[in-house]
Amino acid sequence: MEASIASVLVLGLGNILMSDEGVGVRIVEALDASHALSDEVESLDGGTSGMELLDLVADRDCLIVADAVNADGPAGRVIRLENDQIRALFETKFSPHQLGLSDLLAALRLIGKAPRRVVVIGVVPENLKLGLELSPAAAGGRDAAVVMIVDELTRLGKAPKRRLQ
Amino acid sequence: MTRITIDPITRIEGHLRIDCEVDDGKVTKAWSSGQMWRGIELILKDRDPRDAWIFTQRICGVCTTVHAITSVRAVENALGLEVPLNAQYIRNMIVAAHGIHDHIVHFYQLAALDWVDIVSALKGDPEGAAKLGASLSDYKANSVPNIRAVRDKLQTFVDSGQLGVFASGYWGHPAMKLPPDVNLLAATHYMQALEVQRLANKIVTVLGSKTPHIQNLAVGGVANAINPNSQSTLTIERLYAIKAWIDELGDFVHNAMMNDVAAVGALYADWTQIGAGVTNYLTVPDLPLDTKGTQFELPGGYIPGDLAKFQPITSYQDAFFRDGVKEAVKHSWYEYSGDAAALHPYVGQTNPKYDDFNDDGKYSWIKSPTFLDKRAQVGPLANVLGMYAAGHEPTKRHLTKVIEVASKVAGSQIPLTALHSTIGRIAARAVRCAVLHEALQNQWRLLVDNIAKGDDRTFNRPTFPKGEIRGFGYHEAPRGVLSHWVVIKDGKIENYQAVVPSTWNAGPRDQNDEPGPYEASLIDTPVADPNLPLEVLRTVHSFDPCIACAVHMVDAEKRPIVQVKAM
Repeated sequence: MEASIASVLVLGLGNILMSDEGVGVRIVEALDASHALSDEVESLDGGTSGMELLDLVADRDCLIVADAVNADGPAGRVIRLENDQIRALFETKFSPHQLGLSDLLAALRLIGKAPRRVVVIGVVPENLKLGLELSPAAAGGRDAAVVMIVDELTRLGKAPKRRLQ
Repeated sequence: MTRITIDPITRIEGHLRIDCEVDDGKVTKAWSSGQMWRGIELILKDRDPRDAWIFTQRICGVCTTVHAITSVRAVENALGLEVPLNAQYIRNMIVAAHGIHDHIVHFYQLAALDWVDIVSALKGDPEGAAKLGASLSDYKANSVPNIRAVRDKLQTFVDSGQLGVFASGYWGHPAMKLPPDVNLLAATHYMQALEVQRLANKIVTVLGSKTPHIQNLAVGGVANAINPNSQSTLTIERLYAIKAWIDELGDFVHNAMMNDVAAVGALYADWTQIGAGVTNYLTVPDLPLDTKGTQFELPGGYIPGDLAKFQPITSYQDAFFRDGVKEAVKHSWYEYSGDAAALHPYVGQTNPKYDDFNDDGKYSWIKSPTFLDKRAQVGPLANVLGMYAAGHEPTKRHLTKVIEVASKVAGSQIPLTALHSTIGRIAARAVRCAVLHEALQNQWRLLVDNIAKGDDRTFNRPTFPKGEIRGFGYHEAPRGVLSHWVVIKDGKIENYQAVVPSTWNAGPRDQNDEPGPYEASLIDTPVADPNLPLEVLRTVHSFDPCIACAVHMVDAEKRPIVQVKAM
């Protein structure tokens, strides 16, 4: 099954104006700075967009999302979620008007263009204060997340090349 | 009496909380509260004004492009810098395509499900829905096989138990009134809209070099190199690909969306009596046609309650607009030093002072903007009414058409005054979308003709003087008037204020305790069931709420979002 994954999008989400809230974007920036991605892998700074990403996510076989997550554990902890775990995490019981990632994926399923595999690499933030810098804990989480994404891509047979520093 | 608190109204666009007191089945008092502090002003202080747009487009996840454009306009205004025609046209095409994208997504993916019952659509008859579609337009995608395929797909979703976006709609709510065939036709267009909106996004991507954050802007123009024969620049091939996308978008906007909006308006005619709120309207001209910003494809101005008293705003230097804007913080979690009740954005302050949610005191992170010291509603309704009052021919034509179709479906003539309502805001958004589409076609033609004349200029280099300069930039964004205000000292940003559309509409009571447009529009809204306040959401969603402080963090905790208290 892994071999049938052709195209992969690594999508960083978050608001870089609010320190650790933007850790997902910082993870993608760090990945791009330290590694050259293989041809079938693209990275994207998605900011806090929702439906604007539909065209960019459509028809990818695998979507790897880097984001801040509100989960148990110390700041900087990195968690990995896959497929059904993500659906449970995103489940909300209120309104059809919340066009975040979960609804973006649902919309893609409706038109038959959803990724077959979705992985979230999440970092628990320390603070969401105004500012462009990550906290030391989230910066550690960012680096650990990059390693996890590289492993993820390697398992898919699409190992990125480490750039010479 | 019952108190309803809805928090958050939306997720990705930041936290908006709405509180309503309901008495005898109707809203008697309402509070609109932004729950997140926006501090872009502090991040920009002392930065290079040429970089401001890169940061401002991070304010919001939905309105990235509009904050970028408005920021460069503000800095250009401070410098008195002209913008080459090609750059104006390219920017105009980006904002027009962005607006069309935003309006399609708002109507189908955000607002429609307040009015269209997806579960009822499953009971619709594809032949009946196709016949209804054919009676409204000759839209080719309204075929029986297309509609049947959508119904089957929806049925599969419902049967699988994975409703996704449809999981939490208000299906079967007593306020849902469309017949199954109408629901089915609208659901078909809902699905088609998911595909069609991608075309608008492709236009932004090609012209802006990237989305969701465009890369091609610069103070003084755009970074797109124009060379009709080079593959790496804006070529004739790329321009013709854009032309094809524009045409396909037009088919959907003019033949599906306009009619869906007219039909929803006609069948929910009671909602033309609900939700007017503040009827002073503010809108600004946009899509500049010259290098200085003195001629525009789309007009704008101020309507003080009465269309006949429309006062135009005519240039990027317009003193009537510049001097008319203020922001009050009497009910916002800020304090102003000094004793001014409201401050002009050039001297605006961002000093947070948080206490608690106080019904009669401070209760929001949003400031309260005023125009000529009065509250004003902004957004597509203000824009369409303003362009109509200014005599803009395409606006008159599209507005007349929507009202004609709605009157035909309703079986009685709908007056222009019906626009001052919740339904009116939704109808006006579709009219604006049609007008923007025509404008996008024009801007494409203007760009191609100008390149054909041999003009390939896209950038004028800015130089910053010693001492202090001030500038403002405005843009008629999808949610209404957006303005950025910048004070530059010795080439560095001294003060920066963004007065955003949702601030105009979602702001709390002002210095005179006058409610803002959201708050005023909710008064007298009927509420059948306080636990499922669909009617409140209809009116709030009709504004297309977007609180400019996007936060995206995935929330693993589930909590109730509607709280109802008996009082």
